[in-house]
Amino acid sequence: MSWRPGANREALEARARLLHGIRAFFMARGVLEVETPLHCRAGNTDPAIESFRVCDGGYLHTSPEFAMKRLLAAGSGDIFQICKVFRRGEAGRHHNPEFTLLEWYRLGFDDRRLADEVVTLIETLAGQSLPLHRTSYRQLFIEALGIDPLSADVESLAAAADAAGLHPGGGMSRNDWLDLLLSHCITPGFPAGRLTVVSDYPASQAALARLRPDGETAARFEVYWGALELANGYHELTDGAEQRRRIAAEQAERRRRGMPPVRADAHFMAAIDAGLPECAGVALGVDRLLMKLGGAGHIGEVIAFTDTA
Amino acid sequence: MASYSTNEFRGGLKILLDGDPYTIIENEFVKPGKGQAFNRVKVRNLKNGKVLEKTFKSGESVEAADVIDTEMQYIYNDGDFWYFMDPNTYEQIGAGPAAVEAAVKFLKEQDTCTVTLWNGEPLLVTPPNFVELLVTQCDPGVRGDTAQGATKPATVETGATIRVPLFVEEGDVLKIDTRTGEYVSRAGK
Repeated sequence: MSWRPGANREALEARARLLHGIRAFFMARGVLEVETPLHCRAGNTDPAIESFRVCDGGYLHTSPEFAMKRLLAAGSGDIFQICKVFRRGEAGRHHNPEFTLLEWYRLGFDDRRLADEVVTLIETLAGQSLPLHRTSYRQLFIEALGIDPLSADVESLAAAADAAGLHPGGGMSRNDWLDLLLSHCITPGFPAGRLTVVSDYPASQAALARLRPDGETAARFEVYWGALELANGYHELTDGAEQRRRIAAEQAERRRRGMPPVRADAHFMAAIDAGLPECAGVALGVDRLLMKLGGAGHIGEVIAFTDTA
Repeated sequence: MASYSTNEFRGGLKILLDGDPYTIIENEFVKPGKGQAFNRVKVRNLKNGKVLEKTFKSGESVEAADVIDTEMQYIYNDGDFWYFMDPNTYEQIGAGPAAVEAAVKFLKEQDTCTVTLWNGEPLLVTPPNFVELLVTQCDPGVRGDTAQGATKPATVETGATIRVPLFVEEGDVLKIDTRTGEYVSRAGK
């Protein structure tokens, strides 16, 4: 194993330039830069994300979302943060257990307007306009697989995976099948130089987004550059009761899977109860954006030192 | 039965799929930011060399294949089996035609080969990356033909025929790259 950095001088300069560009972008728009703790008392209940535990019983955060929403509830106004986040077990060509996230919140924005701002930011940082395609989660599945992801049953999702030669093993939930098909059969086909905004995720994958009035879809979007997932955003859920139901459902799913329970963030819940202003928020993977800007094939080429243990 | 979790997947790991031993060539971690993680692997079947892609739900376990690589010396061939000896224990083991198929044209007695054992049985024999073999038959180079890159066929002591430069003569010892089957240089006589 080499002591040398994985990123060359050019990649280090690109990172420094990008960070400067992001700060200039938000400063010009009156969005305040903030910092929140990396080391937290409470963790992320999302069963698909594993936190690093710290020896004092706390967690390294997997996202600054809860703390930033506490700032919003306290009246911070528009805010952004560039920080390291930590997700255990995520390592690969496009993943590193410790990575840099840009997260920002805009008061009065909905998901559509925030997605536009994500595209503007990427184009500003890239120094050029890029081909853009807007579509919905449902449209993607219908076009690529002839399946309606909102209504299809598990059997037909499994059959579509089978037709594509995918047999991932047991214990697949309906959402797991959707994730499998999206990540193996749909997004790999996105044209390399194009930005794709995918909107209206199924209600079952709402995460912290509010539901549309139809109840079937959520005000959640993702932005891809080529086949690479760059950003995930929501028209934020402000309903405290609904927020509690979702966290309880995540805890129940953790129990069902035999995963350790995670201490939910009581301060965050109290802040939602106090009143989160109407806003939209998004998180963007800075390392992945650097990969696309510099044509890197592996995340290790844009990070000085990756976790190779 | 030993098994590996997908988070132990890495190049070179030997796993059992549908009863056959495979080696992992590539392991790609695929995970939506919010959602289920998968491991997409490229694997090679150690019995027939076929490469295929498989996707596992991350966290699943896969049975380990009891496959180990050992360095053994090739001793002789009795017509049915090729015999190899463990240099430490002097234990001998016979490999059948399927295991030596790709290696046989470069197998020279006394050479140390990598013998891949599956449940203790030879599965695959890999010759050293470079071997030195005696030319037993080749035509004389055409006088005056000095064209760059011109080659002719030569047969070596193990029976393999390779392309060699025109100056090579019968009785020369050649260094050959067994991975490509190509001539490298003339070894000292």
